[in-house]
Amino acid sequence: MDHLAITPSVFNFRAFMASMGRRFCNLCDHIGGVSYLAARTFRGLFRYRLDVEELVRQFAAIGNRSLMIVVLIALFTGMVIALQLCIGLGRYGLKQNVGQIVGLAIFRELGPVLTCLMVAARVGSGIAAELGSMVVTEQVLAIEAMGANPVAKLVVPRVLATVIACPILTVIADVIGSFGGMIITVREAGVSANFYLDQIRRTVLIEDFTSGVYKAIFFGFAIAIISCYEGLGTIGGTEGVGRATTRAVVFSSIVIFISDFFLTKLIVFL
Amino acid sequence: MAPVIEFQKVSKSFGANKVLESADLSIAQGETITIIGGSGKGKTVFLKLLLGVLRPDKGNVLFKGESLGEMEEKEIIRMRSRIGMLFQGAALFDSLTVAENVAYPLREHFKYDEDKIAKIVATKLQLVGLPGIEEMMPADLSGGMKKRVGLARAIATDPDVILYDEPTTGLDPANTKRICNMIVELQQKLHVTSIVVTHDMESAFRVTDRIALIYDKHFSFVGTKEEAKKSDDRIVRNFIAGEMETGDG
Repeated sequence: MDHLAITPSVFNFRAFMASMGRRFCNLCDHIGGVSYLAARTFRGLFRYRLDVEELVRQFAAIGNRSLMIVVLIALFTGMVIALQLCIGLGRYGLKQNVGQIVGLAIFRELGPVLTCLMVAARVGSGIAAELGSMVVTEQVLAIEAMGANPVAKLVVPRVLATVIACPILTVIADVIGSFGGMIITVREAGVSANFYLDQIRRTVLIEDFTSGVYKAIFFGFAIAIISCYEGLGTIGGTEGVGRATTRAVVFSSIVIFISDFFLTKLIVFL
Repeated sequence: MAPVIEFQKVSKSFGANKVLESADLSIAQGETITIIGGSGKGKTVFLKLLLGVLRPDKGNVLFKGESLGEMEEKEIIRMRSRIGMLFQGAALFDSLTVAENVAYPLREHFKYDEDKIAKIVATKLQLVGLPGIEEMMPADLSGGMKKRVGLARAIATDPDVILYDEPTTGLDPANTKRICNMIVELQQKLHVTSIVVTHDMESAFRVTDRIALIYDKHFSFVGTKEEAKKSDDRIVRNFIAGEMETGDG
């Protein structure tokens, strides 16, 4: 009966609803803020001169931060899926079909989702921390005070760089993941590498490949916008920078998972 | 002297938090005015309203007779080329060299060639007593040097108005004195209007012509430094004496 001691004596329904209401309002506020920043970014893209040097710098930074970890994750994901499928399909004597399922899973789903989750963790956190530090040290206000537009200077290059980098990293992850799957399939299912690759070629259609790339473009945009929004909205000094960084990664990851379902539906519908 | 900046019945709130309410202030061309007030009482909001970064909920902010509320984005940016600002922590860009930091507003506002920009940067760094540090990074500078580079950046476009946000905070006495002397020197050499936001009353009295106190969401006292010293107003006296009865609690 000890566990009852920590249960509140009276469940306050009104306080619970008020708390839920506040959370809902905060969520709406958040969605509104991110959407508004996205709109300003689109406007900034066409209205202000693009800082190409900053775009290249950001693109190089994203590649530098993410490439190795994406390669590593993709390789082992491909390997573990192939291993699981060899066990599962082996029960029905279908080991030779592993390549088909590995190909579809990686190109349609795991390539873009896992790559962009890694980008959210590595790049999104970096963007939020960098912009958050700039906010608390008044560098963002300084940009504005000196006649520049912070969205054009800070957000547009980061969003563009992430939108370009995510599909490229996804394609790399697709290739590496398939390669990882091949290593295990050849070893465990006893098929040749050519047979495995031929299965992928026959099963994975160009639509499967492009659907993953489209998803990566959307995820890249979402990661960058959410991270910029969290970074630029930093309050409360260095502690606030930590909070902004965490929120950027958490919200980006949630958006990736939720939008993945709807994007898949949308792409199937189209 | 015609006012260069006017606050006319300016109100500004953030949600339920009213920061300024019907605040009036007129700042003449060429004068140095110090804005004092407790923490969180609207000094930074005042600077942001003046830069056009924030818009007032009610009232008008005028720069040289033109209302900021009626200005288009391009006009606001043009106005900002006439205003330089020294930030509390200098706000130098970490990834840029000293020269690139000082050149930043020049590149934003003007289409000068690189030679001209380099000459202006060298002149401004000379003016703040830091010649030859163009290639250094902000991380390599001391607090006092950062403030002086920030000051060089603030005067790079030869502005009509310079805003100083807590210019002496965090500095040792020697650097505090140096920055105060620079504010006075720049005012004399460049004939700019200087607006100093500070808690440091000793520095304020050293550099200022007039003092304005933000209290109870408006400018409760505006007068010369002599008037401030002789004021019977309890709030003004306490603030000057450092007893800080300004609503901070």
